[in-house]
Amino acid sequence: MSGPSFVPAPLAQLPWRLLMLVGFIAIFGLVVLYSAAGGHLKPWAFSQGLRFMVFVGMALVLSRIPEQFWKAAAFPLYIGILVLLILVELLGFVGGGSQRWLDLGIIRIQPSEMMKLAIVLALARFYDLLPVGDIRRWRAIWPPAVAIGVPAFLVMLQPDLGTALMIIAGGLTVMFLAGLPLRLFVGGGAALAVIAPIAFFFLLHDYQRNRVLIFLDPESDPLGAGYHISQSKIAIGSGGIFGKGFLNGSQSHLDYLPEGHTDFVFATMAEEWGLIGGLLLIAAFILVVRWGVTLSQRVDGKFARLVSAGLATTIFFYVAINLMMVMGLAPVVGIPLPLFSFGGSAMMTVMICVGILMGIERSNRPRGRFG
Amino acid sequence: MPNRKPPRILSEAQQSLTFTRRAMFLGAAQAGVGLVLAGRMAWLSVAENERYSLLSESNRVNLTLIPPRRGWIVDRYGKPIAINRTDFRVDLIPDRVTDESRVVGTLADLLNLDEDERERILTELKDAAGYQPVQVSGGLTYEQYAAISVRMPELAGAAPARGFSRFYPDGAAVGHLVGYVGAASAADYEKTRDTLLITPGFKVGKAGIEKVLDAEMRGKPGARRTEVTARGKLVRELATRSDVAGQTIKLTIDAGLQAFAARRIGVQSGCAVVIDCTNGDILALTSMPSYDPNSFSDGISQGEWAMLSDNDHLPLLNKAMQGLYPPGSTFKPITALALQGAGVDPEEVVYCNGGYQLGNRRFACLGRHGPMNLHRAIAKSCNTYFYTMGRRIGIEKIAEVAGIMGLGKEFPLPMPSQKYGTVPDAEWKQRRHKQQWSQSDTLNTSIGQGYLQVTPLQLAVMVSRVASGRALEPRLIARRGDAAPQPLPFPPEHVAAVRSGMDEVVNGNGTAGRSRLQLDGIRLGGKTGTAQVRNFKGGARSGYGIPWKFRDHGLFIGFAPVDNPRYAVAVVIEHGMSGSGAAAPIASDCMLYLFDPAKAMEKLTGLEAGWGGDIGTRMTAEAQAYRAARAAAADPATAAAQAEAAQAEAAAANAANMAAPPPPPSPAATHPADNAAHNVIEEAE
Repeated sequence: MSGPSFVPAPLAQLPWRLLMLVGFIAIFGLVVLYSAAGGHLKPWAFSQGLRFMVFVGMALVLSRIPEQFWKAAAFPLYIGILVLLILVELLGFVGGGSQRWLDLGIIRIQPSEMMKLAIVLALARFYDLLPVGDIRRWRAIWPPAVAIGVPAFLVMLQPDLGTALMIIAGGLTVMFLAGLPLRLFVGGGAALAVIAPIAFFFLLHDYQRNRVLIFLDPESDPLGAGYHISQSKIAIGSGGIFGKGFLNGSQSHLDYLPEGHTDFVFATMAEEWGLIGGLLLIAAFILVVRWGVTLSQRVDGKFARLVSAGLATTIFFYVAINLMMVMGLAPVVGIPLPLFSFGGSAMMTVMICVGILMGIERSNRPRGRFG
Repeated sequence: MPNRKPPRILSEAQQSLTFTRRAMFLGAAQAGVGLVLAGRMAWLSVAENERYSLLSESNRVNLTLIPPRRGWIVDRYGKPIAINRTDFRVDLIPDRVTDESRVVGTLADLLNLDEDERERILTELKDAAGYQPVQVSGGLTYEQYAAISVRMPELAGAAPARGFSRFYPDGAAVGHLVGYVGAASAADYEKTRDTLLITPGFKVGKAGIEKVLDAEMRGKPGARRTEVTARGKLVRELATRSDVAGQTIKLTIDAGLQAFAARRIGVQSGCAVVIDCTNGDILALTSMPSYDPNSFSDGISQGEWAMLSDNDHLPLLNKAMQGLYPPGSTFKPITALALQGAGVDPEEVVYCNGGYQLGNRRFACLGRHGPMNLHRAIAKSCNTYFYTMGRRIGIEKIAEVAGIMGLGKEFPLPMPSQKYGTVPDAEWKQRRHKQQWSQSDTLNTSIGQGYLQVTPLQLAVMVSRVASGRALEPRLIARRGDAAPQPLPFPPEHVAAVRSGMDEVVNGNGTAGRSRLQLDGIRLGGKTGTAQVRNFKGGARSGYGIPWKFRDHGLFIGFAPVDNPRYAVAVVIEHGMSGSGAAAPIASDCMLYLFDPAKAMEKLTGLEAGWGGDIGTRMTAEAQAYRAARAAAADPATAAAQAEAAQAEAAAANAANMAAPPPPPSPAATHPADNAAHNVIEEAE
C-alpha cells in the first residue's frame, strides 16, 4: 500500500484500510454509547473515546515490533500469563469468591483475556518449531492439547465459560491451520456431540446450565433469566430496517435492555440504526477479519501465517459469539462486542491483535521504493 | 508403530498448500457465519419487526384505565340520591408486589395505619386472586396521595389513584331502593375479562337500582398512556383520553318524601310505598330499618355486617318488595269489588251478630256490628259481611279481581327481586297442597287471611288502582309521554262505592278516625288491616303481653284527596299490633308531607326527639351498643382472637366517638373492607 508522494513515508506505509475499519467501528460505538447515556458523553462515550485513542497509540507502537520479537516471546508470554491465571485463581480462592483480574493499581490485568492471544502465539511458535514431517505424529497433538487445556480449565473454574471457549477455539484454529490431519477434527466434532450432553449435566455450573436452557427457550422465563435475550431481540426486532433514529431507542433509554452499553450494545445500536446499521457493522467486522486472513496468505513463514490467521480468527470469535448471543442464536455468555462495547479489556485484546497484525504486515512488506 | 506403514512425509511446500487451503476454508466459514448473522438480523428486524415493535411499545407504554364517573341517581325533581365524591386512594396489585412486608410497611408509615390494618392488608394480599386490587386505604388527603406517588419506584405493586367514591346523601333512607356499589368480585372478572373490573377504585352495583341499571350508569373508562422505564418510573405522559361519565338515572322517587317516610317509620320495622295516582310513579319506596349504603360502598366490616344480620328487624331485607304479609282487612276492598261484580247489591244488608257460623265452626268478627251494607262493612271492617258475601260469590271471582288489582303479580321495575306472593284459589290449593278447596278457605280469603300473601308494593299498586280506577303500572324510572293507563274493567260506580267506604274509614265512623289529615279540604281515604301472625286463643292476639315477633302486623292502605285521588299509600308495620294504631298514622303523615311538608316535618321532629334522634344518630348509637355487648359477651376461652378484635373495635369506636361528638355516620371512619361480608351479602340477595 502506498500513498501519494507528499505523504511522509512512515504514515503512508500504515495499513490504512485496517485502521479505517477499526476507526469506523470504534467511532460508531462512541456514537451509540453517547445515545445509550441519554445523549451525554458521560459516563461512557468520553472515557471510551479516550481509551480508544490510547489503544490506537499502543497498536501503532506494537506495529513497529518485528515478527522476530513475537517469535521469541511466544513461549515466555504464554508461561507468564499462565502463572498469572493461577495467581488469580489462588487470590480468588483466598478472597473467597470468583475473581478474574489482578489489580495492579494503574491497570487491571485480566489474564484470561491475554490468554486468548498468548495461546495463538504459543501454538504458532510450537508448529513453527515442529519439523515438517512430525505434523502427523502424536507429538504434534499432545503438547498443544495440554497448552490449551490447562488455561481453559483454569478459566472455566473462574467461572467464565465464554472466555474458556474462546481460548479453546483460538487454539484449535491454529491446530487446524497447522495442518493436523482432518480426521482429527471430524472425529473430534463427533466426540464433542457425544460429550456435550455429558458436560452439560456434570461440568457446567447451575447458572451456566440455566443459561443454556433459557437460550433454548427464552420465552419460558421472559421476566427472569430469559429477560436479557427477550429484551435484546425486542430491541433489534423493533428497530426495523432504518431504526427508530438516533437517541430514540426506547428499549435502551427506558432501561428495558439490560447491559445495553456493554454486552448488549449491538441491540442498542440496532434499535436506533436498524438493519442498515447492523449490516454495516457486521460487514466492517468481517472485513477486519478478512484483512487478517488475507494477510496470512501473503506472508512468509509458518509463524507469521499461523499468527495472522489465528489472531484474525480470535477477533472473529469475539464478534460472532457476541452477535449470536444478542440475536438469540447462542446462550448468554459474557463476551462483549470488541471496540464497540463499553469497557477496556476486550478493546485492549483486539487492539493488541491489530497491532501484532500490522507488525507482521510491516515485517513482510516487500522492500519498496522507500526501502 | 513399526507394523504400520510410515506416515506420509510432507514437504514444506505441501504443508504450505494445506495451510492456504485451510485458511481459505476458514475465511469462507467466517464469511458464512457473517451471512448467517446478517440473515438473522434481517429476519428479526424485517420479518418479525411487527411483533417486536408491538412488544417494544407494550414495554414502553403503560396504559392505565381511568374508572368512569358513575352516573348519578336523581329524584323526580333532580335532587341527588346517589352522587360521586372525589377521593384519593391507594391499592396494591398482588401480582406486582415483590416485597410484601416492605411495601406494606412503607405504605403504613406514610398513611399512619395501625397494626390491625397492616395485618388485614397482608392477609388480603395472600388471599386475593393476584390481579384483584387490595385496598390499602381510601379517603387519602392530597398530601398523602402525593407522598405515595413520588415514592412509586420503591413501592412496586402500589397503585395510587384519584377516583370517585359513591355518596348517598340520604344514607339509610335510600338503602334498599338504590342498593350500593362495591368492587367487582373475582367471579365477575372471570366472566368478562374486562380489565376495567380490576381497575383500582372501580365499583359495580351490588344491589337495588345500582345493580340493575349498572350498565347504564357505568359509563366508559378513560385511559392514560404514559411512558415508563423498566423500573416503573414515569418518564412522561403520552396521551390521556378522558372517561365518559355514565348516564344519570332519573327516578320517579320524591327524595324528600322517601327520606320523610323512612324517618317517620321510626324505630319500627316496616315499609311505606307511595304511588302517584295519575301515572303510577312510585314516589317513595322505603323499607326500614335499613343499612347505610355509604358504609357498604367503602367495604363493610365484619362487625357491621354481624350487627345487621343479627338484627331481628331485618335491615338487610327490602320488605317493600320481598316481605310477604297476609293483607288482612286491607284486602276487603277487593272482596267488595268482586261481590259487586258478581251482582251483589251494595245496599243489601247482612246482620252481624259477632261472627259467622259455617257448619259447626264459628268465624269471629271483631265486634257485633248489627246491620251492615257494603259501605258500612268497609268502614267498620265487618268480617261477618265479607264472610257472608265472599262465600256467596265464591273464591274464583275474588281471586280474579285480586289479580286484576295487582296482587300475586310482579311489576317491571328495575329492582333485582320481587316476590309474587300468593292469591289462592281451588286450582292453586290442589296443586300446592294436594287438597280440596273448602268453604272455610273462602271465608278466610274474603277477609284477607288464610293463604293470601302480598307484598307492600302490591298493596300500594292495588290501592292506587282503587283510587284512580285505572290499571296503573308502578314505575321507578321517570319517563315522559306514556299513554294514559287503561281504566279498570269494572263499572266506575263499583269502584266509587269502595272508595266511599274507605272515606268513611278515616273521616266517618270508621276504624282509622284518629289518622285524619289535619288539612282543610283534603281528606284521606283508606283501609286498615291487622294481619294475624300466629293464632292465639281469645282476645290475647294483639296484646303487649306477647313477644314482639308474635304480635300481629299492622297495615294501612290509603289515598288522598278522596274526591280526586292524587296519591296512594300503603304502609306495613311488622308486629305493629294494629293497622289503625301503627300503620295509619304513618300513612297519614306521608300524605301530610305531600300536601304540607313544613307541617309534616314539624310533627316528625317532635316524634324523633322521643325516639332518640334521626336515623343516622340512632344507627350509630345502635352500632356502639352492639359492639359493647359483643365485647362483653365474647368468651375468651373459645374465641380469644375474636374478643380481642371486638374490643379493639369497640375501643376504636369509643375513641372516635370521644374525639368527635356527636358522631355523624362518617363513611371515611368506617372499618376495613371485608370481602367475606361482601360475599355473604351477595348470597343474601
